[in-house]
Amino acid sequence: MEQSYLEIRNVTKSFGNYTAVAGVNLSIRHGEFVSLIGHSGCGKSTLLSLIAGLTRATDGTVELDGKLISGPGRDRGMVFQHHGLLPWLSVFANVYEAVDAVFPGRRPPEKKEKRERVERMLRVVGLWDHREKKPGELSGGMRQRTAVARAFAIAPKVLLLDEPFGALDALTKGALQDELLNLWAFDQATETVVMVTHDIDEAMYLSDRIVVMTNGPRATIRDIVEVPLPRPRDRRAMLHHPAYANTKEHLLDLLAERAVVGVAAVA
Amino acid sequence: MSVISNSRSRTIGLAGSLKAPALSGLWRTSRRTTSALVSLAGAAVILGTVWALAAAFQKDLPGPISTMETFWRLVSNPFYDNGPNDKGVGLQLAASLKRVATGFALGSAIGIPLGVLLGVSGIFRRFMDPVVQVLRPVSPLAWFPIGLVVLQSAPQAAVFVVCICSLWPTVINTAFGVAGVPESQKNVARVFQFSRWKYLTRIVLPHSMPHIMTGLRLSMGTAWLVIVAAEMLSGGTGIGSYVWESWNALNLEQVLSAILLIGIVGLLFDRLFAFVAARFDFPEVA
Repeated sequence: MEQSYLEIRNVTKSFGNYTAVAGVNLSIRHGEFVSLIGHSGCGKSTLLSLIAGLTRATDGTVELDGKLISGPGRDRGMVFQHHGLLPWLSVFANVYEAVDAVFPGRRPPEKKEKRERVERMLRVVGLWDHREKKPGELSGGMRQRTAVARAFAIAPKVLLLDEPFGALDALTKGALQDELLNLWAFDQATETVVMVTHDIDEAMYLSDRIVVMTNGPRATIRDIVEVPLPRPRDRRAMLHHPAYANTKEHLLDLLAERAVVGVAAVA
Repeated sequence: MSVISNSRSRTIGLAGSLKAPALSGLWRTSRRTTSALVSLAGAAVILGTVWALAAAFQKDLPGPISTMETFWRLVSNPFYDNGPNDKGVGLQLAASLKRVATGFALGSAIGIPLGVLLGVSGIFRRFMDPVVQVLRPVSPLAWFPIGLVVLQSAPQAAVFVVCICSLWPTVINTAFGVAGVPESQKNVARVFQFSRWKYLTRIVLPHSMPHIMTGLRLSMGTAWLVIVAAEMLSGGTGIGSYVWESWNALNLEQVLSAILLIGIVGLLFDRLFAFVAARFDFPEVA
C-alpha cells in the first residue's frame, strides 16, 4: 500500500445540532484524482471545506503530508462552485491578485515574474485575449475557466474542486474537463486533485477513485470505487471499455440504493 | 442636445430616401426635450399661481414678478465686492461652497475609515454603536457652540458643524456595505492567502463602494442643508448669513431669490454625485 498523502481521520462536522458528516475516514495518495459523489446535502462540500481549511472539524483530524490542517494554505488551491471571481477585477487581475498574495516579493523583477506566470496560465486556458474583461462580460464557461486558471496559478500541491462545472451546459463542460486534465498534466506542482461532483460520467472520466457518500444528516462514506480505465482516457473509447459498464452500474446502484429505500419507506 | 439633433437633421438631408428611422429618432429626441420643457413650464405655472395668490393675500410677501426681477439682478452681477458687508451672491455662494467642501472632506476622511472599522470588527461595533446611535439624532447645530469654543472662530465653527453632520450617513452606509461582504468572497481571500491590506483594497472597499457613495451623497445633501443654518448663526460671508442679512434689511425678494439659488445648487450637487456614483457600480455576477 502506497503512503497516504491526504489523510482524513474519523472526521465529524456539526453545525449546532445538525451533524453534516460523521466518522469519515479517507486516505488519498499523492498524485491521485479523487471524486466525492453523492446526492445534494450529503456533506461532500463540507468535506472539501475541511480539507481547504475553511472550516474546522468538530471531531477528528485532517492531515496533509503528515501536517495537521488548521486553516487555508498556499499548498491548496480551490475552484469554487460559483467561480468566486471578484466582479470588479478583470480576468487578469483576478488571477494576478491570487498569485501576488501567494508568492513572495514586491520588487519589480518579482512582480514581472508574477505577471508572466499569470500570462502563462491565461494562455493555457485560452483567455489571454479576454484578459481585460470583467467577469460580468464573460460566458459561464469562461468564468469557470478563469477560476480554474487562478487555482492552478498558485501552484498548489492539492487542487480542490467544488462542483466546478455543475452550472455549465454539456458541451462546455466536456471542453473544460479536457482542459482540466491538460492543466493537471501540464502543471508540475499540482498532482493531487479532490473534486466534488454529482455527475457520475464526470467522475468516471476524470478520477482514479470515486468516493460515494451516503445521504445526510450524519453522512459518511458508503463505498470507494476504483475506476479501472487506463489514462489518457478518451471520452468515446471509454464507453466500450469492458470495465466501464460494470463500474457505472456499480456506482448507480450505490447512489440509487438509498433513494429506493426512501421510496419503499414512503410506500 | 442641439448638436445631436443638428447632426441628425443633416443625416436626413443627405440620406434622402432612408428617412424613417432617423426621423423617428429625431422625433423621440425632440419629444423628450418637449416633455421636459412642458413639465418645467407646468411647475412654473403652478408655483407662480400659488405664490401670486399668497402674495395677494399677504401684502408683505413679495410676488413672483418682483422676485424674478431681483433674482435676475443678483445673478447678472454675482461677483461684485463692495467691502465685507456688500458682496455679490456668487461670492456668498462660493464662501458657503468652500465651507461645505472643507467640512464634507473632513467628515468623509473620518467617516469612511470609521465605517470600515465598524463594519469589520464586531467588538468595535459593540463599543461604538451606542455612541453613533446617541449622537446621530442630535441636530448638527447643537454642535455650533462646541465648535466656537474649540476653534475660536465662527466661520470655522460652521465648518465643524458641516463636518459633524456629514459624518453619520457616511459612517452608517460604509459600515453596512463593509459588513455585507459575502461569505464566498471572504473564502476567496482566505484560500488565496490575501493579506489584510489586499483584502481591504481588493474586496472590502470595491464591494462597499456603491454603499459608500450613497453615504457620501446623503452626507453632501445634509451638509448643504446645514450650512445655511450654521451661517445664519456664524454671520460673515456665506449664503446663509446672506439670507439672514436680507431678512434683517427686510429685503424679502432677496431672501426668496437666495432660496431659489440654494435649491438649484443643491440639485446640481446631487446630480453630480449620482453621476459619479454610477461609475463605481459593478454588474452583479450570478
